[in-house]
Amino acid sequence: MKLRTLTLGLLSASALAFAAHAESITIATVNNGDMVRMQKLTEDFTKANPDIQLNWVTLEENVLRERVTTDIATKGGQYDVMTIGTYEVPIWAKQSWLLPLDKLGDDYDAKDIIPAIAGGLSVDGKLYAAPFYGESSFVMYRKDLMDKAGLKMPDAPTWDFIRQAADKMTDRANGVNGVCLRGKAGWGENMAFLTAMSNSFGARWFDENWKPQFDQPEWKKTLQFYVDLMKADGPEGASSNGFNENLALFQQGKCGMWIDATVAASFVSDPKNSTVADKVGYALAPDNGLGKRGNWLWAWSLAIPAGTQKADAAEKFVSWATSKHYAELVASKEGWANVPPGTRSSLYANAEYQKAAPFAKMTLDSINAADPTHPTVKPVPYVGVQFVAIPEFQGLGTTVGQLFSAALAGQSSVDDALKQAQDAATATMTEGGYTK
Amino acid sequence: MARSVTTQHKTIATIAAWIVALLIFFPILYTIITSFKSEQEAIQGFNLIPSGTFESYIEVQAQSGYFKFFLNSVLLSVGSTILALLVAIPAAWSMAFAPTKRTKDILMWMLSTKMMPAVAVLFPIYLIFRNLGLLDSRIGLMIMLMLINLPIVVWMLYTYFREIPGEILEAARMDGASLWNEIIYVLTPMAVPGIASTMLLNIILAWNEAFWTIRLTTTEAAPLTAFISSFSSPQGLFWAKLSAASTLAIAPILIMGWFSQKQLVRGLTFGAVK
Repeated sequence: MKLRTLTLGLLSASALAFAAHAESITIATVNNGDMVRMQKLTEDFTKANPDIQLNWVTLEENVLRERVTTDIATKGGQYDVMTIGTYEVPIWAKQSWLLPLDKLGDDYDAKDIIPAIAGGLSVDGKLYAAPFYGESSFVMYRKDLMDKAGLKMPDAPTWDFIRQAADKMTDRANGVNGVCLRGKAGWGENMAFLTAMSNSFGARWFDENWKPQFDQPEWKKTLQFYVDLMKADGPEGASSNGFNENLALFQQGKCGMWIDATVAASFVSDPKNSTVADKVGYALAPDNGLGKRGNWLWAWSLAIPAGTQKADAAEKFVSWATSKHYAELVASKEGWANVPPGTRSSLYANAEYQKAAPFAKMTLDSINAADPTHPTVKPVPYVGVQFVAIPEFQGLGTTVGQLFSAALAGQSSVDDALKQAQDAATATMTEGGYTK
Repeated sequence: MARSVTTQHKTIATIAAWIVALLIFFPILYTIITSFKSEQEAIQGFNLIPSGTFESYIEVQAQSGYFKFFLNSVLLSVGSTILALLVAIPAAWSMAFAPTKRTKDILMWMLSTKMMPAVAVLFPIYLIFRNLGLLDSRIGLMIMLMLINLPIVVWMLYTYFREIPGEILEAARMDGASLWNEIIYVLTPMAVPGIASTMLLNIILAWNEAFWTIRLTTTEAAPLTAFISSFSSPQGLFWAKLSAASTLAIAPILIMGWFSQKQLVRGLTFGAVK
């Protein structure tokens, strides 16, 4: 009896000691398929690291952005790992809000990260966030409708070709719109698309002295082309359409072409949800022969806030979640098609992945076609392809997005929208001390 | 001359009431219907007949445990309501039975705090919570929810207390009742319907509060509002899952509201025709 009591006591004491020793880290993340999958697979990590417990906080993208910004700016210390994008990384790293990731382990192979993505997540040559999945944008098109129109989509189309194809594919009687593009206002919604598009038209947000450029002919050409194209061949109510709305339209066979995130390829080619899964082709985002394409670059990445008390445990987790081992783990459990895309060159060299994901090559080519440090035809003082990596951009980008969305809805003219955008940008840059 | 109400008028009024009720309830009804659709069905446009699948509910439960969030919602809404009543009953008593020249101004000032956008004080509140170690704590959030709803609770109780004749309290005082005894044994029992409806309304308000409950919590104290928020996604199909999460989150309060509607309506209209 005494021995039993002693054994029980010792076991309880060791359990308590273990619980006291176990360190828990809190990870803030967004709700998308890849992140949800990672949460299901964390047993692999906790088995290898029994002294680390993981707590998840999943939030809608905009709420997450606000929450982590509040926490990091006030050094709240609520999170040990944060999911942030290529927009936040350069700004936060310069504020010393993030820890550099220099202890990811000997077998991490940071050089395997796709250079364009690594460039977007580094400041002064140091990596401040590890990419979990990366994306660019490209053209998804209906091969059957393209054949019907008597056209062949080139791998690298021009905007003129897109307009010609959209005109021919539009079949209002059968509910087919030649092209579906984002129109919903927001810096990460229509302005992600339009900013990337404007790069291919030779436009830029600011000149080298931070003077807004919406009064320049390149922006007029961009916005006029977009509004005319959407009026002629876009869906009804396009000014309310974002990624999800266009995804629904494309999956229901109501779009001839859709230019949006490369991550959409896995959705539109999924026969479970898409009625056109076997009819989709992919091409690079269009250009105008000026040397820049209208595609963006984004990576949801894991970063460690400078205020964390558990940096070592956090970095261990970041290393695991963004490693080659994790890609193999996902492949073994859920197939290669479900491996988070757009982060490592080795994934695209993998024959099994290429076989499982027919859009793999075009995704990689699209990512490689984007250069966040030289995003425009003319020189600019900022970093970012579809955004300007300054704190003021979220507010300004959304204001300009609302003006351009109104122009698409026919509530204002292209000229008025551009003039108001120029005024708003000028006021913001003056207030921010960028210009006098 | 008394107005005669014809059967025709009554019918028209009844139909109008039903139309208004349906208009108000329809978004909730459609959320419930959508929760029984597959994601593919959910995006295919307006359709009132779902396939009846439970897959969204299963996925929602598998993705994030519902019950932990539910328990937090119950604790936060009930806890903050009790705290609010403890503060508001004495406050409303003093305003109703011992008013000063400034009582009306104080009442208006209290109400005016509800007009301020919450986001304006996000940073100061966040810093206070951080410095007091209250971030992601149930007690911190209970205090926050109590403070948010306190003006409404005080106002409602003040209105009910004013209906109670001061002479009764005076009689209790004459019989030697202390201030606390007066409030606890005389005033409170007489104001039970009013206190009950205030309590119910406050529980509903606290249950539905989404700004602070999402921003001041992470894992331990997160209630159902945070649970819903986690199912919205900028990239991907989520309508059915989001609807299932919303239905699970509103179901308890909807059921509570249904069973206590008589008390709620009686409390809300108390003194309205005086």
